[in-house]
Amino acid sequence: MEVLRRGHYKVFLGMAPGSGKTYRMLAEAYAARQAGRDVAIGLIETHGRPDTESFAEGFELIPRRSVEHRGVTLMEMDLPEVLRRAPELCLVDELAHTNATGLEHKKRYEDIEDILNAGIDVFSTVNVQHLESLNDSIAELSGVRVRETFPDEVLQKADEVVLVDITPEALLDRLRAGNIYPHDRIAAALNNFFKIENLTALREVALRQLAENVDIKRLSGHVVRQRDENVSSESAQAVGEHLLALIEPQPNAQRLIRRAWRSSQRLAAPLDLLWVRPPHGKMSDEQEHALTNLRELAGVLGVKLIVEEADDPAAKIAEVARELGTTYILMNKPQPLRGLARLKTPLALRLAESLPGVDVRLVSSRSQKPKEEQA
Amino acid sequence: MIAVWIIAGILVGSLLGYWLPPHGHLPRRDRPRPVRSILVPFSGESISRRAFDAAVRLAKAENAVIIPAFLIIVPSELSLEAALPTRCTEGMGVLEAIEQRAVSQGVQVESRVMRGRAYRHALQRLLEEESFDRIIVSADDVHGGLKTDDVNWLLAKAPTEVLVLRPAPEDERRVSAEGFVGKTS
Repeated sequence: MEVLRRGHYKVFLGMAPGSGKTYRMLAEAYAARQAGRDVAIGLIETHGRPDTESFAEGFELIPRRSVEHRGVTLMEMDLPEVLRRAPELCLVDELAHTNATGLEHKKRYEDIEDILNAGIDVFSTVNVQHLESLNDSIAELSGVRVRETFPDEVLQKADEVVLVDITPEALLDRLRAGNIYPHDRIAAALNNFFKIENLTALREVALRQLAENVDIKRLSGHVVRQRDENVSSESAQAVGEHLLALIEPQPNAQRLIRRAWRSSQRLAAPLDLLWVRPPHGKMSDEQEHALTNLRELAGVLGVKLIVEEADDPAAKIAEVARELGTTYILMNKPQPLRGLARLKTPLALRLAESLPGVDVRLVSSRSQKPKEEQA
Repeated sequence: MIAVWIIAGILVGSLLGYWLPPHGHLPRRDRPRPVRSILVPFSGESISRRAFDAAVRLAKAENAVIIPAFLIIVPSELSLEAALPTRCTEGMGVLEAIEQRAVSQGVQVESRVMRGRAYRHALQRLLEEESFDRIIVSADDVHGGLKTDDVNWLLAKAPTEVLVLRPAPEDERRVSAEGFVGKTS
């Protein structure tokens, strides 16, 4: 029995509308057709751009299907027809698009999965601000929140990701010349999304995203002919750092979080915060207040604060660290123990023993003055 | 008999070892505790060195803890609870620098971060959540202080004493993520 090979997936990544993704996709499709391949357009969004429209006219276009939604007729990609037609290479624009209700899938990238599973190669396009993990930071940078997002795994699983790069200045020239939006929309676009600082930031994000993607594949041993089974989402976890800061609702936790966050920024690694509290323990007003402040800090930094209850903090921390794939634990330098507690193995040592391969870093407290000052 | 004395000595020693804190520290409950808090809000990549120095002087005199608060404006397109890591990059550095400098001068620091639709809104939220004994603010929004409108609002609404430092040429001297910056003459 013949095993159907999965199609080859190539994504053209842009920094903003008008960066030339669709045009570049058509150009590569044209070269493929010249080389004798069977190419068809499953869906294309030309946005009325004359150059793109005239280029697309030379290709076979699989007609869209009309879908009624709340009294509005929407024209969507005809997935069953694409699968029936089964070209060698299918072009599907804007993979982050949300389909009309009632179709096979909610999102277009899920339609693309079906096409790839049918053994059809796919070229697709997307702008970097649609990436789920970047949504918040791009909204912060640009002041515009994108509603249609797609999971990062889609990009990681693509066989090829091509960055369609353009300088912000050149993009603005194209906008002003009317090559991106009609003339009546240009002024609004220039005043909102298409600001030079936005575009510069988005370009940087797109370049970094591509570099990260390449890095993940390189470090996970990905080679050109390998398919998605070799590049799972776990591969990124395996090669990257994952930080976990152990906090308690005390004022000195703020500094620990700041230090951990800066380390996570330098390492481009995710950071989680963990507080293991005694079971059924009641918090004092001071602790409640400190916890509220820590939540605010965690929220603004975009890190997750996990609160667990356990009798044995070391065991619970080890369990959470394993679940998260932690490679680096940061904790405050413990207070000197008193009495019989001195006989206990220190927490840092217990963690180092129970989590081989995980680094444990003690962050010193600034509020502890040197001994000579105390005297 | 000697054995009994040895055992008794060990027992007494163990009990003392248990009850006495290590390294000659005073028990926590007996240590002098800060009784006052001084809020030092800032909005940018640095704070005025004068505001910092004033806070340290007062904190030393009053055995107070300095509470530097980094105020962040959340754009209206985002939820008030949105993560703003990009804006935090400088602010976290400033908090770190303030803590480092203040602690080296023997003053305790507890930092805060507060989001709002405007600096005034962030301040309002902060004041609703917590009470402070004094607020020190620089009326120099160029160097991380607050605008006149916000200072006026603070003077009118803050349920505590407000010390406003008017803009001065010395405000070129600042505390930023790089530590103390600006001329020191």
